[in-house]
This record gives sequence, C-alpha cells and structure tokens, in this order.
Amino acid sequence: MPNVLDLRRRIRSVKNTQQITRAMKMVAAARMRRAEERVLNARPYSVQMRAFLADLAARSEEREHPLLARRPVERVLLVLVAADRGLCGAFNTNLVRAAQKYVNENRNVQVRVVAAGRKARDFLRKRGLKMEAEHPGIFLRPVEFSAASQLASEIMEMYSSRSVDAVDIIYNSFKSLMTSELIVERRLPLEPIEPAKGETLVDYIYEEPPAVLFDHLLPRYVEAEVYRALLESQAAELAARMTAMDTATRNASDLLSALTLHLNRVRQAAITKEIIEIVSGAAAL
Amino acid sequence: MDQTLPQHIELQVVTPERRVVSETVDSVSLPGREGRLGILPGHAPLVSELSAGVLSYGRGDSEEHLAVSSGFVEVLPGRVIVLARTAERSEEIDAERAELAKERAQRRLHGIPGEDVDIERAQAALSRALARLHAVAETPRAGTRR
Repeated sequence: MPNVLDLRRRIRSVKNTQQITRAMKMVAAARMRRAEERVLNARPYSVQMRAFLADLAARSEEREHPLLARRPVERVLLVLVAADRGLCGAFNTNLVRAAQKYVNENRNVQVRVVAAGRKARDFLRKRGLKMEAEHPGIFLRPVEFSAASQLASEIMEMYSSRSVDAVDIIYNSFKSLMTSELIVERRLPLEPIEPAKGETLVDYIYEEPPAVLFDHLLPRYVEAEVYRALLESQAAELAARMTAMDTATRNASDLLSALTLHLNRVRQAAITKEIIEIVSGAAAL
Repeated sequence: MDQTLPQHIELQVVTPERRVVSETVDSVSLPGREGRLGILPGHAPLVSELSAGVLSYGRGDSEEHLAVSSGFVEVLPGRVIVLARTAERSEEIDAERAELAKERAQRRLHGIPGEDVDIERAQAALSRALARLHAVAETPRAGTRR
C-alpha cells in the first residue's frame, strides 16, 4: 500500500501537469481565435480572384497556361501539411494515416513529397521517403503569406517543368472548434476556370491582352489557395490542441480527486492504526 | 440626372491577409502598369495589372493614401476591385523602416560592379520602399509627425 508521502508527491506532480495543460489550452484558445479570423480575412481575396479569373477566361480564347495542362499522370507530388508541434490530439496521426494510405494507393505512380510542418517532415523521414522540399517551423507563429508563396512557387515550378504531372495536397481544414475535416485534394492541374457568363459580361478596356493578364493571375491564384490551406490547417491544429488540452485538464482533475480520496483514506487508516496500537498498549499495562 | 451613371465608386482593396478598404468613395487614382489611372464614377470597365505605388482615393474633401505592391485591378462603372499582394494605409507605414529599405536597395543597385546582386529583386524592393514613402509624404499630417 502506498504511503502518505508517496501519494502527496503524486498529487503534486499531477497538479503541476494540470497547470501546464491548462496554460496550453488557454494559449491555444487565444491563438485559435486569431487564426480563425485570418481564415475569414483571407476569403475575400480568394473569392475575388476566382471571379476575376472567370471573367478573364470568358474573354480570352485560348487558355493553355502550363498550370492548366493535363497530361497522363506518371509522377505525382504530394504536399503534406501537418503541424509543427504535437500535443494536439489526433491531428497529426490522422494526417499521417491519410498520407500512408495515399502512398499505398498510388503504388503504380512515382510519388514525390513536400512537407509543410515539422511533424510531416519527421513522418516522411521515418518512412524513408525522400522529400523534394521541407518547410519546418512555418506553423510556430501565425503563417505568413511569404511561406505560402514559396511553397506555391516550388510546386508550380515542379509542375511547369514537368517533373510531376499532378499535385495533390493533404491537410486538415477548419470546420469548427470540435471538428476538422481531412482534405485530400488535387491542386494542379487547376480545375478549368469556368468562364463567367450572364448579365455581367461587359467589354473591358484592357491595358494588356486578357490572355496575358490571365497568365499572370493564375500563379497568384495558386498562391492564394495554398495560403488558405495553410491557414485552415493552422486553425484546425490550434482547435485540436485546445480540445486535447481541455480533455487533459479534465482528466487531471478526475485523477486528482481520486488520489485525494485515496490519500485521505490512507491517512485515516494510519491514524486509526496508531490509536489502536496506543489503546492496546495501554490495555496491556 | 443621368440614371445610368453611378454617383459613387464602391472601392474594395483586398490582400491575401485581409480586406483593407471597403468603402464608397468619389474618386480613385492608382498605379497601373502602363501609368497612373484616374477613375471617377462611371468609368468604362477596365482591367489592368498594378505596379508598386500609391493608391489614393477621395471622399468629400478627405483623401486617403495607400501603398500597394504588385496586383490587379478591375474597374466597373460603379465599382473598383483591387487585388494587391500588400496594401497599407499611410498611417500604418513605418517611414523609418521604408527609408532604411530604400537606402539598402539603392546601395545594392549602385554597389560594387561584379558583386552578385539580384537586380530585379533590388529594384522591386526599391519601388516598394518608394511607394511607402510617397504614401506617407502624401498624407499631410505625416510630415508633422515624430
């Protein structure tokens, strides 16, 4: 049976851990709120850009941008977006499982990978998969657009130079505090941009030919989409961490009350035993 | 009064990070690739690329200035949509930092010949810094600040 001292020590240790998990929960909650806001703030840009592209597509005949080119898929690039840190529940595990499944399903083609986030890199390294590029540490602070822009230019470069025939991305998208959705999606070739139709078809004055504008706009669009994925992933990560830490804090509370109860019993038992000893000692006199 | 011509412009300036401006204004002036564009309500539809520079817009007697870097603009009779990589209001700009960036870029451009300088990047940095400084200079109270 554990003695009182051991139990006291144990309780102190659980309390300390609980303090840490509680602090992590608070930090994650605060950061998550900001991350969520950033997801929302990034939306108008994507939406406007998409509308703009559709407008341009309606006005230029040939759309043969390298980013729209479809070819038989022999080599694919997988962009795995995970977190930089752990302690966020099943966030990374789910991603890694999806990545594993993806690799298994694509045995007939050559799979190349790019890792965003330290956990993605660690997983791929452990698997012995060679990475084309890695971006550890981009999620430690709020994701910067420049990080997305760099990642986007890497994948566009690989696609345009025909090193790969398609680009897929795996990331967690933020749905709500409790739920995130695992997304496995083809990013390149881009879905054909549907020309805008209907009443708003106006004749524009073009400073440059629409086709040129379209070509310049397309890479910016890919950037914006990658940025959005990174933001979503970060918000989802923080939400997952917040929930995980909340659960951990509650578990610690349960453990504490159980331990305290046990401690009191043990202490009482010890006192009772002592009294019995004294009483019986006195009786023997 | 002509009913087909709008009296105001609905100006939207969005960047990947946020929506910087969403206002009804009287006039907009922005740096197109081929030169400055002045836009009043009822302007003919137009699309253009943006270069780094100052975007100004007026509403009543007040005028606001933004430093924008590369991007795109779509003009409709009653609407102007600007998609810019960055856009900062003049009061958000750190003039000292922009000044330093300008000097740094100039040093790189006029640096020792033969030294490995990415001319294009230095030029882009220079025009960004100049755009910021101009945006600050355009705003009257910026001069008396500090």
